[in-house]
Amino acid sequence: MRSIQKQLPQFTAVGIRPVAISVDTPEQSRALSQSAGYTFTFLSDSKLEAITRYDLVHKGQGENGGDISRPAEFLVDARGIVRWRMLTENYWVRARPEQVLEAAKALQ
Amino acid sequence: MRKLNWPIWLGLLVSFFAFFSYPFIFVNWATTRDFPWANFILFAIAEVLIVIGVKRAFAPGRRVFSKILGAIGALISGLVLVGFILVVFVAARQLPPSTNAPQVGQKAPAFTLIDINNKQVSLSDLLSQPIPSDRAEMVSTARPSKGVLLIFYRGYW
Repeated sequence: MRSIQKQLPQFTAVGIRPVAISVDTPEQSRALSQSAGYTFTFLSDSKLEAITRYDLVHKGQGENGGDISRPAEFLVDARGIVRWRMLTENYWVRARPEQVLEAAKALQ
Repeated sequence: MRKLNWPIWLGLLVSFFAFFSYPFIFVNWATTRDFPWANFILFAIAEVLIVIGVKRAFAPGRRVFSKILGAIGALISGLVLVGFILVVFVAARQLPPSTNAPQVGQKAPAFTLIDINNKQVSLSDLLSQPIPSDRAEMVSTARPSKGVLLIFYRGYW
């Protein structure tokens, strides 16, 4: 998230809007955005609607054994087509902004 | 003669630092996050100190107590290293297979979620609305959206 925020001008320059999605409530995300200085969009999916539709549910990993999202990134073009994705095999390893920016250059 | 076996204690301290510096420090940079080489260097330093400490502990003339302490120190630092490997390379790979996640070339499933201001936002809104520049007041600099990067993350609860 920090690296996305740092590269936000580069994302904006290529017309890509980063959007973070998790089971966190809007209040929790607002607190995170304020304390960490994140200015891009954070969406709350506490009922796991989108997370289920994208088949990313990680069962029993959340607070009190609740379900959460596994880490994943999707680059979606203006027509709604997935153009690049990363489903990490190790949750410490995430997409680097450079990888996404490289993929974003191919979008029209 | 009571002489502090400092390499053991320092080695233990470095072991714990090697463990906790990954989630709290080194995870912040992609180069030290994707492979925890910085932490392995710290563990290597810790183990060298431990080996020196154990040698001192078992040197002739040292008390039995010092040998026991040396052995316990070596054991704990070894367990910290094993724990680190389990956390970073084994536990972190226990992820669902996500075989039905949208593939490249497929349509991204639609959704409507709420943002931090409790406002409903759909994927089509995100794709159609121009992206505001960092300085929100400069509306003229808003750019048409070419796409959206969806970042699903575990959350901080």
